[in-house]
Amino acid sequence: MTAALAFDIGLVILIVSMGLWMLMVRDNVVAVIVFVIYGLLMAIAWVRLSAVDVALTEAAIGSGITGMLVLNAAARLRSGEIRWPRPSRALSIAAAAFCAMISAGLAAVVLLPPHPPPSLAPLALEHLDQTGLGNPVAGVLFAYRALDTLLEKVVVLLALIGVWSLAPDRLWGGAPALDAFMPTNDLLVFFARVLPPFGIVFAVYMTWTGASNPGGAFQGGTVLAVMWLLVMMAGVARAPPIGDARLRWLLVAGPALFLVIGFAGFFLAGAFLAYPPDHAKALIVVVEVALAVSIGATLALLAAGPPERMQKQ
Amino acid sequence: MLDAFTVLAVSSGTFFFVAGTVGLLRFPDVPTRLHALTKVDNLGLGLVAIGLLPHAGGLLAALKLVSVWLFALISGAIVTQLIARAVR
Repeated sequence: MTAALAFDIGLVILIVSMGLWMLMVRDNVVAVIVFVIYGLLMAIAWVRLSAVDVALTEAAIGSGITGMLVLNAAARLRSGEIRWPRPSRALSIAAAAFCAMISAGLAAVVLLPPHPPPSLAPLALEHLDQTGLGNPVAGVLFAYRALDTLLEKVVVLLALIGVWSLAPDRLWGGAPALDAFMPTNDLLVFFARVLPPFGIVFAVYMTWTGASNPGGAFQGGTVLAVMWLLVMMAGVARAPPIGDARLRWLLVAGPALFLVIGFAGFFLAGAFLAYPPDHAKALIVVVEVALAVSIGATLALLAAGPPERMQKQ
Repeated sequence: MLDAFTVLAVSSGTFFFVAGTVGLLRFPDVPTRLHALTKVDNLGLGLVAIGLLPHAGGLLAALKLVSVWLFALISGAIVTQLIARAVR
Protein backbone atom coordinates (compact mmCIF):
# COMPACT_ATOMS: atom_id res chain seq x y z
CA MET A 1 0.00 0.00 0.00
CA THR A 2 2.82 2.40 0.86
CA ALA A 3 4.53 1.65 -2.46
CA ALA A 4 1.31 2.60 -4.25
CA LEU A 5 1.06 5.79 -2.20
CA ALA A 6 4.68 6.73 -2.96
CA PHE A 7 3.98 6.12 -6.66
CA ASP A 8 0.90 8.35 -6.57
CA ILE A 9 2.71 11.16 -4.78
CA GLY A 10 5.57 10.96 -7.27
CA LEU A 11 3.07 10.99 -10.13
CA VAL A 12 1.28 14.07 -8.78
CA ILE A 13 4.58 15.91 -8.30
CA LEU A 14 5.53 15.07 -11.89
CA ILE A 15 2.16 16.24 -13.25
CA VAL A 16 2.26 19.52 -11.34
CA SER A 17 5.84 20.24 -12.39
CA MET A 18 5.02 19.44 -16.03
CA GLY A 19 2.10 21.87 -15.80
CA LEU A 20 4.34 24.60 -14.36
CA TRP A 21 7.04 23.94 -16.95
CA MET A 22 4.48 24.16 -19.74
CA LEU A 23 3.36 27.57 -18.48
CA MET A 24 6.82 28.97 -17.83
CA VAL A 25 8.69 27.87 -20.93
CA ARG A 26 8.99 30.53 -23.66
CA ASP A 27 9.53 28.25 -26.66
CA ASN A 28 6.19 27.12 -28.16
CA VAL A 29 7.51 23.81 -29.49
CA VAL A 30 9.02 22.86 -26.13
CA ALA A 31 5.71 23.78 -24.48
CA VAL A 32 3.86 21.44 -26.87
CA ILE A 33 6.23 18.57 -26.16
CA VAL A 34 5.77 19.10 -22.42
CA PHE A 35 2.01 19.18 -23.02
CA VAL A 36 2.17 15.74 -24.65
CA ILE A 37 4.16 14.33 -21.71
CA TYR A 38 1.69 15.97 -19.34
CA GLY A 39 -1.17 14.22 -21.17
CA LEU A 40 0.52 10.82 -20.89
CA LEU A 41 1.12 11.33 -17.16
CA MET A 42 -2.53 12.34 -16.78
CA ALA A 43 -3.49 9.09 -18.52
CA ILE A 44 -1.50 7.16 -15.91
CA ALA A 45 -3.24 9.16 -13.19
CA TRP A 46 -6.65 8.19 -14.65
CA VAL A 47 -5.58 4.53 -14.61
CA ARG A 48 -4.64 4.94 -10.96
CA LEU A 49 -8.17 6.28 -10.38
CA SER A 50 -9.57 3.16 -12.16
CA ALA A 51 -11.00 5.32 -14.95
CA VAL A 52 -9.54 3.34 -17.83
CA ASP A 53 -11.95 4.79 -20.41
CA VAL A 54 -10.88 8.31 -19.54
CA ALA A 55 -7.23 7.24 -19.54
CA LEU A 56 -7.53 5.84 -23.06
CA THR A 57 -9.23 9.01 -24.28
CA GLU A 58 -6.67 11.21 -22.56
CA ALA A 59 -3.75 9.32 -24.09
CA ALA A 60 -5.27 9.11 -27.57
CA ILE A 61 -6.97 12.48 -27.90
CA GLY A 62 -5.78 14.72 -25.07
CA SER A 63 -2.16 13.88 -25.63
CA GLY A 64 -1.93 12.34 -29.12
CA ILE A 65 -4.21 14.12 -31.59
CA THR A 66 -4.36 17.40 -29.66
CA GLY A 67 -0.58 17.32 -29.31
CA MET A 68 -0.28 17.00 -33.08
CA LEU A 69 -2.81 19.81 -33.68
CA VAL A 70 -0.97 22.16 -31.33
CA LEU A 71 2.42 21.18 -32.73
CA ASN A 72 1.07 22.01 -36.17
CA ALA A 73 -0.11 25.38 -34.90
CA ALA A 74 3.25 26.06 -33.22
CA ALA A 75 5.09 25.22 -36.46
CA ARG A 76 2.84 27.58 -38.44
CA LEU A 77 3.36 30.34 -35.90
CA ARG A 78 7.10 29.86 -36.02
CA SER A 79 7.30 30.45 -39.78
CA GLY A 80 5.73 33.89 -39.44
CA GLU A 81 7.11 34.60 -36.00
CA ILE A 82 5.60 37.60 -34.28
CA ARG A 83 7.52 39.08 -31.38
CA TRP A 84 4.92 40.16 -28.90
CA PRO A 85 6.08 42.83 -26.48
CA ARG A 86 6.31 41.54 -22.92
CA PRO A 87 3.13 42.42 -21.02
CA SER A 88 3.41 45.18 -18.45
CA ARG A 89 3.89 44.25 -14.81
CA ALA A 90 0.39 45.36 -13.84
CA LEU A 91 -1.16 43.20 -16.56
CA SER A 92 0.94 40.18 -15.50
CA ILE A 93 -0.11 40.57 -11.87
CA ALA A 94 -3.77 40.99 -12.84
CA ALA A 95 -3.65 37.86 -15.01
CA ALA A 96 -1.89 35.88 -12.28
CA ALA A 97 -4.45 37.00 -9.68
CA PHE A 98 -7.31 36.05 -11.97
CA CYS A 99 -5.86 32.60 -12.66
CA ALA A 100 -5.19 32.07 -8.95
CA MET A 101 -8.83 32.93 -8.19
CA ILE A 102 -10.11 30.41 -10.73
CA SER A 103 -7.69 27.76 -9.44
CA ALA A 104 -8.78 28.43 -5.85
CA GLY A 105 -12.44 28.16 -6.88
CA LEU A 106 -11.84 24.86 -8.65
CA ALA A 107 -9.76 23.58 -5.73
CA ALA A 108 -12.57 24.47 -3.32
CA VAL A 109 -15.08 22.51 -5.39
CA VAL A 110 -12.79 19.49 -5.52
CA LEU A 111 -11.46 19.59 -1.96
CA LEU A 112 -14.67 20.52 -0.11
CA PRO A 113 -17.40 18.30 -1.59
CA PRO A 114 -20.74 18.05 0.20
CA HIS A 115 -21.18 15.00 2.43
CA PRO A 116 -22.10 12.54 1.10
CA PRO A 117 -20.84 13.55 -2.36
CA PRO A 118 -23.69 13.49 -4.90
CA SER A 119 -23.43 10.49 -7.22
CA LEU A 120 -25.60 9.01 -9.93
CA ALA A 121 -23.37 5.95 -10.18
CA PRO A 122 -25.65 3.50 -8.28
CA LEU A 123 -28.64 4.59 -10.37
CA ALA A 124 -26.64 4.25 -13.60
CA LEU A 125 -25.44 0.77 -12.69
CA GLU A 126 -28.90 -0.34 -11.59
CA HIS A 127 -30.38 0.18 -15.06
CA LEU A 128 -27.33 -0.85 -17.07
CA ASP A 129 -28.81 -4.30 -17.69
CA GLN A 130 -31.63 -2.82 -19.75
CA THR A 131 -29.16 -1.47 -22.30
CA GLY A 132 -27.42 -4.82 -22.68
CA LEU A 133 -24.06 -3.09 -22.28
CA GLY A 134 -21.38 -4.22 -19.84
CA ASN A 135 -19.36 -1.00 -19.75
CA PRO A 136 -21.07 1.65 -17.58
CA VAL A 137 -19.18 4.40 -19.44
CA ALA A 138 -20.66 3.26 -22.76
CA GLY A 139 -24.06 3.14 -21.03
CA VAL A 140 -23.76 6.76 -19.96
CA LEU A 141 -22.44 7.88 -23.35
CA PHE A 142 -24.97 6.13 -25.55
CA ALA A 143 -28.03 5.52 -23.40
CA TYR A 144 -28.34 8.01 -20.53
CA ARG A 145 -26.58 10.99 -22.07
CA ALA A 146 -26.86 10.16 -25.77
CA LEU A 147 -27.77 13.74 -26.63
CA ASP A 148 -24.46 15.01 -25.22
CA THR A 149 -22.57 12.39 -27.20
CA LEU A 150 -24.43 13.30 -30.39
CA LEU A 151 -23.65 17.00 -29.94
CA GLU A 152 -20.00 16.16 -29.20
CA LYS A 153 -19.67 14.44 -32.58
CA VAL A 154 -21.31 17.37 -34.33
CA VAL A 155 -18.92 19.78 -32.60
CA VAL A 156 -15.92 17.85 -33.93
CA LEU A 157 -17.40 18.12 -37.42
CA LEU A 158 -17.94 21.87 -36.96
CA ALA A 159 -14.31 22.22 -35.85
CA LEU A 160 -13.25 20.60 -39.13
CA ILE A 161 -15.35 23.09 -41.10
CA GLY A 162 -13.62 25.83 -39.09
CA VAL A 163 -10.19 24.49 -40.08
CA TRP A 164 -11.20 24.17 -43.72
CA SER A 165 -12.47 27.72 -43.81
CA LEU A 166 -8.91 28.91 -43.14
CA ALA A 167 -8.14 28.01 -46.77
CA PRO A 168 -7.82 30.85 -49.26
CA ASP A 169 -10.64 30.96 -51.83
CA ARG A 170 -8.57 29.65 -54.73
CA LEU A 171 -7.69 26.50 -52.77
CA TRP A 172 -11.27 25.72 -51.66
CA GLY A 173 -11.97 22.10 -52.58
CA GLY A 174 -8.25 21.34 -52.73
CA ALA A 175 -6.34 18.84 -50.61
CA PRO A 176 -4.27 19.21 -47.44
CA ALA A 177 -0.56 18.82 -48.22
CA LEU A 178 0.64 16.72 -45.31
CA ASP A 179 3.49 15.03 -47.14
CA ALA A 180 4.93 18.43 -48.01
CA PHE A 181 6.36 18.61 -44.49
CA MET A 182 9.16 16.21 -45.27
CA PRO A 183 10.89 14.77 -48.29
CA THR A 184 9.96 11.23 -49.24
CA ASN A 185 11.51 9.03 -46.62
CA ASP A 186 11.84 5.29 -47.22
CA LEU A 187 11.74 4.52 -43.49
CA LEU A 188 8.51 6.42 -42.99
CA VAL A 189 7.04 4.70 -46.05
CA PHE A 190 8.00 1.34 -44.57
CA PHE A 191 6.40 2.30 -41.25
CA ALA A 192 3.25 3.50 -43.03
CA ARG A 193 2.97 0.14 -44.78
CA VAL A 194 3.73 -2.11 -41.79
CA LEU A 195 1.74 -0.44 -39.01
CA PRO A 196 -1.76 0.28 -40.44
CA PRO A 197 -2.92 -3.37 -40.74
CA PHE A 198 -2.25 -3.86 -37.02
CA GLY A 199 -3.64 -0.43 -36.22
CA ILE A 200 -6.89 -1.07 -38.06
CA VAL A 201 -7.38 -4.43 -36.31
CA PHE A 202 -6.70 -2.68 -33.00
CA ALA A 203 -9.17 0.11 -33.81
CA VAL A 204 -11.88 -2.43 -34.70
CA TYR A 205 -11.21 -4.24 -31.45
CA MET A 206 -11.32 -1.02 -29.41
CA THR A 207 -14.64 0.00 -30.95
CA TRP A 208 -16.18 -3.45 -30.64
CA THR A 209 -15.09 -4.08 -27.07
CA GLY A 210 -16.26 -0.62 -26.00
CA ALA A 211 -19.75 -1.99 -25.34
CA SER A 212 -18.57 -4.16 -22.48
CA ASN A 213 -14.98 -3.11 -21.67
CA PRO A 214 -13.05 0.15 -21.64
CA GLY A 215 -12.77 1.46 -25.19
CA GLY A 216 -15.29 2.73 -27.69
CA ALA A 217 -15.89 4.75 -30.83
CA PHE A 218 -13.79 7.74 -29.86
CA GLN A 219 -10.71 5.73 -28.94
CA GLY A 220 -11.06 3.37 -31.90
CA GLY A 221 -11.65 6.33 -34.21
CA THR A 222 -8.51 8.03 -32.95
CA VAL A 223 -6.41 4.98 -33.75
CA LEU A 224 -7.92 4.96 -37.26
CA ALA A 225 -7.17 8.66 -37.61
CA VAL A 226 -3.54 8.20 -36.62
CA MET A 227 -3.10 5.34 -39.08
CA TRP A 228 -4.51 7.44 -41.90
CA LEU A 229 -2.32 10.40 -40.89
CA LEU A 230 0.75 8.17 -40.99
CA VAL A 231 -0.16 6.97 -44.48
CA MET A 232 -0.75 10.54 -45.68
CA MET A 233 2.43 11.91 -44.09
CA ALA A 234 4.59 9.21 -45.61
CA GLY A 235 3.07 9.99 -48.99
CA VAL A 236 1.86 6.39 -49.43
CA ALA A 237 -1.59 7.79 -50.21
CA ARG A 238 -2.22 11.47 -50.77
CA ALA A 239 -4.77 13.38 -48.73
CA PRO A 240 -8.12 13.53 -50.54
CA PRO A 241 -9.46 16.87 -51.82
CA ILE A 242 -11.95 18.24 -49.33
CA GLY A 243 -14.55 18.66 -52.09
CA ASP A 244 -14.70 14.88 -52.61
CA ALA A 245 -18.32 13.75 -52.19
CA ARG A 246 -17.35 10.31 -50.85
CA LEU A 247 -15.16 11.93 -48.23
CA ARG A 248 -17.97 14.20 -47.10
CA TRP A 249 -20.35 11.24 -46.78
CA LEU A 250 -17.72 9.46 -44.70
CA LEU A 251 -17.47 12.48 -42.39
CA VAL A 252 -21.22 12.80 -41.78
CA ALA A 253 -22.08 9.08 -41.81
CA GLY A 254 -21.63 8.57 -38.05
CA PRO A 255 -23.50 11.62 -36.75
CA ALA A 256 -26.19 11.19 -39.44
CA LEU A 257 -26.84 7.56 -38.54
CA PHE A 258 -26.91 8.51 -34.85
CA LEU A 259 -29.47 11.19 -35.67
CA VAL A 260 -31.59 8.82 -37.79
CA ILE A 261 -31.64 6.22 -35.01
CA GLY A 262 -32.36 9.02 -32.56
CA PHE A 263 -35.44 10.09 -34.52
CA ALA A 264 -36.46 6.47 -35.04
CA GLY A 265 -36.59 6.34 -31.24
CA PHE A 266 -39.78 8.44 -31.42
CA PHE A 267 -41.58 5.61 -33.18
CA LEU A 268 -39.84 2.58 -31.70
CA ALA A 269 -39.40 3.58 -28.08
CA GLY A 270 -41.42 6.73 -27.59
CA ALA A 271 -38.66 9.32 -27.21
CA PHE A 272 -35.81 10.99 -29.09
CA LEU A 273 -32.62 8.90 -28.82
CA ALA A 274 -34.45 6.14 -26.95
CA TYR A 275 -33.76 2.58 -28.01
CA PRO A 276 -36.26 -0.29 -28.15
CA PRO A 277 -35.26 -2.46 -25.16
CA ASP A 278 -34.66 -5.68 -27.12
CA HIS A 279 -32.35 -4.10 -29.66
CA ALA A 280 -30.57 -1.49 -27.55
CA LYS A 281 -27.14 -3.08 -27.65
CA ALA A 282 -27.26 -3.91 -31.37
CA LEU A 283 -28.29 -0.35 -32.24
CA ILE A 284 -25.62 1.16 -29.99
CA VAL A 285 -22.91 -1.01 -31.53
CA VAL A 286 -24.04 -0.04 -35.06
CA VAL A 287 -23.90 3.64 -34.11
CA GLU A 288 -20.49 3.17 -32.49
CA VAL A 289 -19.06 1.54 -35.62
CA ALA A 290 -20.33 4.32 -37.88
CA LEU A 291 -19.12 6.93 -35.42
CA ALA A 292 -15.65 5.37 -35.18
CA VAL A 293 -15.23 5.64 -38.97
CA SER A 294 -16.49 9.23 -39.07
CA ILE A 295 -14.46 10.29 -36.05
CA GLY A 296 -11.36 8.70 -37.56
CA ALA A 297 -11.80 10.63 -40.81
CA THR A 298 -12.69 13.89 -39.04
CA LEU A 299 -9.77 13.80 -36.59
CA ALA A 300 -7.29 12.88 -39.32
CA LEU A 301 -8.43 15.78 -41.50
CA LEU A 302 -8.43 18.13 -38.51
CA ALA A 303 -4.78 17.31 -37.93
CA ALA A 304 -4.05 17.44 -41.67
CA GLY A 305 -5.07 21.09 -41.69
CA PRO A 306 -6.66 23.33 -44.34
CA PRO A 307 -6.26 22.53 -48.05
CA GLU A 308 -2.95 23.70 -49.45
CA ARG A 309 -2.94 22.51 -53.05
CA MET A 310 -5.37 21.91 -55.86
CA GLN A 311 -5.58 18.31 -56.95
CA LYS A 312 -4.13 17.75 -60.41
CA GLN A 313 -6.93 16.38 -62.56
CA MET B 1 11.08 -20.30 -8.61
CA LEU B 2 8.91 -18.36 -11.08
CA ASP B 3 8.78 -15.45 -8.66
CA ALA B 4 12.56 -15.42 -8.46
CA PHE B 5 12.66 -15.35 -12.28
CA THR B 6 10.23 -12.43 -12.35
CA VAL B 7 12.17 -10.48 -9.76
CA LEU B 8 15.43 -11.10 -11.61
CA ALA B 9 14.11 -10.17 -15.06
CA VAL B 10 12.14 -7.10 -13.95
CA SER B 11 15.08 -5.86 -11.87
CA SER B 12 17.43 -6.23 -14.83
CA GLY B 13 14.86 -4.44 -16.98
CA THR B 14 14.68 -1.61 -14.45
CA PHE B 15 18.47 -1.42 -14.49
CA PHE B 16 18.35 -0.73 -18.23
CA PHE B 17 15.66 1.90 -17.69
CA VAL B 18 17.86 3.68 -15.14
CA ALA B 19 21.01 3.31 -17.25
CA GLY B 20 19.17 4.56 -20.34
CA THR B 21 17.83 7.57 -18.47
CA VAL B 22 21.28 8.42 -17.12
CA GLY B 23 22.63 8.10 -20.65
CA LEU B 24 19.88 10.33 -22.01
CA LEU B 25 20.79 12.99 -19.48
CA ARG B 26 24.56 12.67 -19.60
CA PHE B 27 25.56 11.80 -23.17
CA PRO B 28 26.89 14.71 -25.23
CA ASP B 29 25.01 14.58 -28.55
CA VAL B 30 21.85 13.27 -30.23
CA PRO B 31 23.14 9.98 -31.71
CA THR B 32 24.66 8.81 -28.41
CA ARG B 33 21.51 9.83 -26.53
CA LEU B 34 19.38 7.89 -29.01
CA HIS B 35 21.69 4.95 -28.49
CA ALA B 36 21.00 5.11 -24.73
CA LEU B 37 17.27 5.44 -25.34
CA THR B 38 16.97 2.39 -27.59
CA LYS B 39 18.45 0.19 -24.85
CA VAL B 40 15.48 1.15 -22.71
CA ASP B 41 12.99 0.15 -25.44
CA ASN B 42 14.72 -3.04 -26.47
CA LEU B 43 16.17 -4.52 -23.32
CA GLY B 44 14.47 -2.63 -20.50
CA LEU B 45 10.90 -3.08 -21.71
CA GLY B 46 11.71 -6.53 -23.10
CA LEU B 47 13.05 -7.83 -19.80
CA VAL B 48 10.11 -6.36 -17.88
CA ALA B 49 7.68 -8.00 -20.33
CA ILE B 50 9.46 -11.36 -20.15
CA GLY B 51 9.59 -11.13 -16.38
CA LEU B 52 5.84 -10.56 -16.20
CA LEU B 53 4.98 -13.43 -18.55
CA PRO B 54 4.63 -16.12 -15.81
CA HIS B 55 2.16 -13.83 -14.03
CA ALA B 56 0.16 -12.87 -17.11
CA GLY B 57 -2.49 -15.45 -16.30
CA GLY B 58 -3.05 -17.13 -19.64
CA LEU B 59 -1.63 -17.43 -23.12
CA LEU B 60 -3.69 -14.56 -24.53
CA ALA B 61 -2.53 -12.06 -21.91
CA ALA B 62 1.06 -13.25 -22.39
CA LEU B 63 0.75 -12.69 -26.14
CA LYS B 64 -0.55 -9.19 -25.47
CA LEU B 65 2.48 -8.44 -23.28
CA VAL B 66 4.84 -9.69 -25.99
CA SER B 67 3.07 -7.67 -28.68
CA VAL B 68 3.30 -4.50 -26.58
CA TRP B 69 7.03 -5.06 -26.54
CA LEU B 70 7.17 -5.79 -30.27
CA PHE B 71 5.27 -2.62 -31.17
CA ALA B 72 7.50 -0.57 -28.91
CA LEU B 73 10.47 -2.16 -30.69
CA ILE B 74 9.18 -1.35 -34.18
CA SER B 75 8.18 2.22 -33.41
CA GLY B 76 11.30 2.82 -31.28
CA ALA B 77 13.64 1.60 -33.99
CA ILE B 78 11.96 3.61 -36.75
CA VAL B 79 11.45 6.83 -34.81
CA THR B 80 15.07 6.72 -33.64
CA GLN B 81 16.24 6.38 -37.24
CA LEU B 82 14.00 9.27 -38.29
CA ILE B 83 15.35 11.54 -35.55
CA ALA B 84 18.93 10.55 -36.32
CA ARG B 85 18.40 11.39 -40.00
CA ALA B 86 16.78 14.68 -39.14
CA VAL B 87 19.75 15.90 -37.10
CA ARG B 88 22.46 14.65 -39.46
